[in-house]
Amino acid sequence: MAELSHHRTRARRGPIAYLIRLLVIVYLFFLVAWPVYLVAKNTFADGVDSLTGLLEDPDIVHALGLTVQVALIAVVINTVFGVGISILLVRYALPGKRWLSPLLDLPLSVSPIVVGLSLILVYGGRTGWFGPALEDAGFQIIYATPGIVLATVFVALPLVIREVVPVLEEVGEEQEQAARSLGANALQTFWRITLPSIKWGVIYGVVLSLARSLGEFGAVKVVSGNVLGDTRTATLVVEEKYLNFDKPGAYATAFLLALVAVACIIVVSALRPKEDR
Amino acid sequence: MTATALTTDRPAVSRRPIRHGRPLTWVSGVGFGVTMMWFSLLVLIPLAAVVATAAAGGWSNFWDAVTSEQTLAAIELTVGTAFGVTVVNVFMGTLIAWVLVRDRFFGKRVLEVLIDIPFALPTIVAGLVLLALYGPITPIGVDIANTRGAVFLAFQFVTLPFVVRTVQPVLAELDRDVEEAAMSLGASRFTVFRRIILPSLTPAIAAGAALSFARGVSEYGSLVLFSGNLPMKTEVASVRILSSIENDNLDSAAAVATILLVISFIVLVVVDTLQRRLVRRG
Amino acid sequence: MSIEITGVSKRFGDFVALDDVSVSIPSGGLTALLGPSGGGKSTLLRIIAGLETADTGRVEIEGVDATRLSPQKRNVGFVFQHYAAFKHLSVARNVAFGLEIRKKPKEEIRARVDELLKLVHLSQFADRLPAQLSGGQRQRMALARALAVQPSVLLLDEPFGALDAKVRKELRDWLRRLHDEVHVTTVFVTHDQEEALEVADEIVVINEGRVEQVGSPDELYDQPANDFVMRFLGPVTELGDRLVRPHDLQLLTDSTDPGAVSGRVKRITRIGFEIRVEVAVGEQDVTVTLTRNEFLALDLRVGSEVQVRVAPEVGAVQGRPEAVGAV
Repeated sequence: MAELSHHRTRARRGPIAYLIRLLVIVYLFFLVAWPVYLVAKNTFADGVDSLTGLLEDPDIVHALGLTVQVALIAVVINTVFGVGISILLVRYALPGKRWLSPLLDLPLSVSPIVVGLSLILVYGGRTGWFGPALEDAGFQIIYATPGIVLATVFVALPLVIREVVPVLEEVGEEQEQAARSLGANALQTFWRITLPSIKWGVIYGVVLSLARSLGEFGAVKVVSGNVLGDTRTATLVVEEKYLNFDKPGAYATAFLLALVAVACIIVVSALRPKEDR
Repeated sequence: MTATALTTDRPAVSRRPIRHGRPLTWVSGVGFGVTMMWFSLLVLIPLAAVVATAAAGGWSNFWDAVTSEQTLAAIELTVGTAFGVTVVNVFMGTLIAWVLVRDRFFGKRVLEVLIDIPFALPTIVAGLVLLALYGPITPIGVDIANTRGAVFLAFQFVTLPFVVRTVQPVLAELDRDVEEAAMSLGASRFTVFRRIILPSLTPAIAAGAALSFARGVSEYGSLVLFSGNLPMKTEVASVRILSSIENDNLDSAAAVATILLVISFIVLVVVDTLQRRLVRRG
Repeated sequence: MSIEITGVSKRFGDFVALDDVSVSIPSGGLTALLGPSGGGKSTLLRIIAGLETADTGRVEIEGVDATRLSPQKRNVGFVFQHYAAFKHLSVARNVAFGLEIRKKPKEEIRARVDELLKLVHLSQFADRLPAQLSGGQRQRMALARALAVQPSVLLLDEPFGALDAKVRKELRDWLRRLHDEVHVTTVFVTHDQEEALEVADEIVVINEGRVEQVGSPDELYDQPANDFVMRFLGPVTELGDRLVRPHDLQLLTDSTDPGAVSGRVKRITRIGFEIRVEVAVGEQDVTVTLTRNEFLALDLRVGSEVQVRVAPEVGAVQGRPEAVGAV
């Protein structure tokens, strides 16, 4: 008897379960699936003309190039910094550790406009804390590419750390200790043992950072100056084109960005189940 | 020393204390210094500059800046909408997590990808995406562009993943034997949910809600094209800060930004506390 | 002496893991650090390996002061309870790791790895990943990996603790035979007294951060330095105020020996070839183990009157000696 009812509870699905399933599907359909689909549809309303037209405009090509360049620099910085701080956080007794790890998450919940403002207040050429001195030394940060890089690094900073820290904790310290006792120094241990064992965590973090970096808008808008053909990035192009009634151009650029973003999450979700085992 | 019989004068053998990592060596100490310097230059000092700038103008200037009619309306709209959106997320997010963990049907993996799209999509694109269905060219006759409905919907879109992704792993870890035990003792499905499942999920739901609230309060990009940024009507706090920056009024920008930072910080502390509780429960 | 430990102490916060421990471990032997969990034996092993640093005291390995030496410079082989296999490397690459770090020529590495895999019977698994091996195989791989660099001492931390009983017993015999072949100074940590008694040449009993006794298995079993060692190394029962092993007691039915005390049989339990008899002597319950034949000859039942005494040949050796061999 007990055995029977045991099976029934798992197998039977009441009408409420179907209702919930339906509700969830409808909700996600109207909130995400249909709107995203429409962007693709609008992009190809006139065939591929709007996409090819986009790639013939040198300013747009420059904007796309700048976006990719900034994103790559930001990802490299955040990967090196993120892996380093993750190892320090997990493996060492740090002063102020209790406060450090929540602070590292702060960029995720700060408004991008506030991020931009904060960078202007410190690195702004005229009134910033360090800006005028840097400008005198020949470094312009705000309204130039370095400012865009800083803003992008800021907003994507926690992503690698959030992926790597749990993996490091999970892997534990024993493999590293074994390597040390077999004669490996700190650097050899890192390259041969630590890095291979956290590889997947790092890859997820990089993919997520890449998506975030390519798509940053608000913080970049504040610090970039948004100069056509110079400091205008792809996301700024979307806004500009839409507001200037070039909707096909806006949809086409948005479609390119959305394509990369969706490709990133599909890559992550395809990789993740393997690693979970 | 003479090893005598089992003595009791030694310190009691307690369980081995949890170790909090090894002490910093010379090399790792330098590494720590460099990373902290970088983190300070990039994040801590700039955020401190926001608060310092707001404070430098004195209390009355700060108060004037944040209580001007237009700013107050923006803050009210932002916080109010973020709150409402979070309430919806608590309900829908938990349901979605439940479906992803417990339900089984063809195409469930598509839902998984849909959940992550708002997180990965550039916010400006998110605005455009919503405009395509709920804007002037709507195929379904629902044009809410430039209304408060647009603000609500945009927040709803960008905050979608938070509750789902915090609740999902906790739900997946729940011991189903406990639920079956409760059912075998005569509890109804509803009672099992209310008395057994919900209490275990509460910290995760709360953490997800806090993150969703923080994200809503700080949202900017998805509103640019969709909400019209009409003063007193659809203008949110971030837009308010941006227009102050564009008018070269950094002091009042910093004042409003400080309010947002305080909210982010409180949320962070709440989430951190809740996550510690989650970890302790194992 | 191969390893010389002098006055080593170690605390973790308020917890005293080791309290002024001094031990000498002879070259070429197989030494067990035996004691209950949390008693400090693993900490001592990790201090020898350099994976922990002692708060005070000195560690000498092969005559070299190693107290401040980092683990990679100590030339010790360390085998972890949970194998610490390099999960992303094949079995052969795991074993080769220490040799690659030492930049040995490729040919030499290959030859040495082949030889070691043969020694631990894993030749056919050379190209597998650790995840494809059983627990026992992984531990043999870890052992080969540690031996590959020809360490001056081999340290094993509860090496069989994570394995099931049958494999544990096999590996135990195999470790003993392996040691007879390679003769490297070996120290292993265990909380299992049977394992220590069976495998080790010498046993160091550690409890609550202190060394209780050092000696050969026979010495420890027959001449325990104190009640703790006696209790820890085997079954004990109390007769009067004296602690004895149940198999060192005799039961008699019509004795006139003045040393024997009278009691009544309370319970009889048969465990295979062994019979355990509980005898109520006054307020005390004394446990006596008998062989099946002894039991049958006595013709005992629950309620029978018996006399209990310590077997005369035991009484001469044992008793309550002062500390023997302890620090």
